[in-house]
Amino acid sequence: MAYKIMAQGLDAAGLGRQIQAHPGPVEVVGCLGQRFIGAGMHGKKIRVTGIPGNALGAYLNGGEIEVCANAQDAVGDTMNAGTIVIHGDVGDTVGYAMRGGEIYVEGSAGYRAGVHMKEYQDKVPVMVIGGRAGSFLGEYQAGGVILVLGLTGSGPIAGNFPCTGMHGGKVLLRCRPEELLFPGQVTALPASPQDLDAVRPYLEEFCRRFGKDLAFILNAPFTLAVPDSRNPYRQMYVAN
Amino acid sequence: MGQWEVYPEFEVVRSSARCTKCLGCVAQCANGVHQYDGVQLTCDSAKCVDCHRCVAMCPTRALKIVKTDCALRENSNWDSQTIKEIFKQAQSGGVLLSSMGTPKPYPVYWDKLLLNASQVTNPSIDPLREPMETRVCLGKKPDKPQRGPDGRFTCELPPQLKLAMPMLFSAMSYGSVSYNAHEALARAAEELGVYYNTGEGGLHEDFYAYSPNTIVQVASGRFGVHEGYLNAGAAIEIKMGQGAKPGIGGHLPGTKVGADISRTRMIPEGSDAISPAPHHDIYSIEDLRQLVYSLKQSTHHKKPVIVKVAAVHNIAAIASGIARSGADIIAIDGFRGGTGAAPTRIRDNVGIPIELALAAVDQRLRDEGIRNQVGIIAGGSIRSSADVAKAIALGADAVYIATAALLALGCHLCRTCQTGMCNWGIATQRPELVARLDPKEGAKRLVNLMTAWNHEIMEMLGGMGINSIEALRGNRLMLRGIGLTAKELEILGVAHAGE
Repeated sequence: MAYKIMAQGLDAAGLGRQIQAHPGPVEVVGCLGQRFIGAGMHGKKIRVTGIPGNALGAYLNGGEIEVCANAQDAVGDTMNAGTIVIHGDVGDTVGYAMRGGEIYVEGSAGYRAGVHMKEYQDKVPVMVIGGRAGSFLGEYQAGGVILVLGLTGSGPIAGNFPCTGMHGGKVLLRCRPEELLFPGQVTALPASPQDLDAVRPYLEEFCRRFGKDLAFILNAPFTLAVPDSRNPYRQMYVAN
Repeated sequence: MGQWEVYPEFEVVRSSARCTKCLGCVAQCANGVHQYDGVQLTCDSAKCVDCHRCVAMCPTRALKIVKTDCALRENSNWDSQTIKEIFKQAQSGGVLLSSMGTPKPYPVYWDKLLLNASQVTNPSIDPLREPMETRVCLGKKPDKPQRGPDGRFTCELPPQLKLAMPMLFSAMSYGSVSYNAHEALARAAEELGVYYNTGEGGLHEDFYAYSPNTIVQVASGRFGVHEGYLNAGAAIEIKMGQGAKPGIGGHLPGTKVGADISRTRMIPEGSDAISPAPHHDIYSIEDLRQLVYSLKQSTHHKKPVIVKVAAVHNIAAIASGIARSGADIIAIDGFRGGTGAAPTRIRDNVGIPIELALAAVDQRLRDEGIRNQVGIIAGGSIRSSADVAKAIALGADAVYIATAALLALGCHLCRTCQTGMCNWGIATQRPELVARLDPKEGAKRLVNLMTAWNHEIMEMLGGMGINSIEALRGNRLMLRGIGLTAKELEILGVAHAGE
């Protein structure tokens, strides 16, 4: 049974103290833009009703945060472990420099989602966006998995300049490769059945969280974007 | 040589009278200058970078390295370095990449500032006889003294960094320098009671033991940044810019990204480690404030947050913004600062001197009545204890030193760090080279250097008739300029010698 914390009248620091003070799962009720909820947290369950402020789950290191509304900017900033679930849209820079853990967004994401995500061996962060992503998706990506499903929203599934500077990891978009313009250093091809098998567990979790139909999602072309190893993103330097 | 070849810049000269053919030089030079075919010992001077490893290690001092006298025709405008850079770019089509601070002959304002000494009616102090306070506390200080209900002062301060002397080791990432270099810096920081900085490469697990003396850096690539890392630091430094390369991001060439670096930074092995030019989640001063507070919140408001910026135009206004963003300390890095690798043109042409930046920032914060809200650390070519004293007089609470620290560890400033072949074991990841740097001996040399500088600072303070760093901080009256224009004197806030 989650302990209810009334957010009204509490600032970010005050709310943070209250959340920390109670062991076990908590529910933040009436959240109205308080920032940094769950920042640096490990191993706790937080449910938020109302709208959280920026930097939800920044440096998250375990546990789970679930938001029953839209979230704002900088969700999961430099996240290392744990799960963030948003029953709504997110703002800009979701998952910046993400290193581990999982983010599931039912709706759409703003600009600069998944910039400089990283991975090492089995520590692979995953971000699933149910709707659309704005421009500069996956810029400087060095690792990790980004999935964009385009189930809601209108317009192209991703904005301009996706994957600029990508040098690791992969992005799967539920569209055909020709629908988007990728930079020269990225290879974008139709995803194979094996590519989709590799991410099936994340799609299953997405469907479980948001009550979606996996068969419907998979019944559409997917594009896999990866860095082109023959033409790496690299500045030509000469030693001086 | 061929049509497009240039005569090597250095010549390795071997004295056949002194050479005993011990072949030490062959073993020592990682660039392959010295070769032995069983009969003859030869030098390929084209490969020499003038690092002096073979010179130092030769048991009979049989080797010396000289600048070649095979020179292009003298020309004050088209000097030979400029000409050779054009040859290189015509050959490769590449961006020129250099290491360490700019060697260009811009004015060094430290060398045009003179310190006061007391005489006659204001006696100087003998540091051997009287205590001199060199400890400083960096951080936010309250606007006014607070009293509790009982009338006593409440001495609650926001988190501070306490230093035994006004000097810290500046950021040098694991990747740009070696594991052993980091260990030497960590050990020395611990022994001296100061701090070293992880740089943007993360913190190796082995060094968590030195947490109380570690400043952890959060740069735009956020390499190695996680909750444990943040809590391991005594302070957290947000790197917005670096003096050697203002406006651009960090770049660790793929040749230096081996297995251990790949693991610490979480990027593919052999791939260039790129830190983007801006933090892509900080596009305004309000965003910076948000990042500052996200870090404070994640570490339960227990650690000071430093914001490091490069000294550029309008640095005073930038510093004012940073002070108001909630940062506890501002670190300003002047354009002469060192680097493991930076594009030559950025390094040599972008940014402003730390002396001017520091004076402008200190004065602006005082004018706005917010100088107490931040500590100031100044860096970017602090070469001696005199530079430290002058920096404090211009307004710094403490200084960052890096190049001087590497020199203490054996660096000879050959400026080829970007190749990853440092023969001194400092700016390399190759295990056989790293092994040449003994961390304990390196730490001892760092302790020697800083202790010596601290004694010299005490002598200079005593000479001025003051007995604490605090009394020198921002005390422009203790400085006089020499050979400076009226405008330079105005910006520095000092009078001319003789006035």
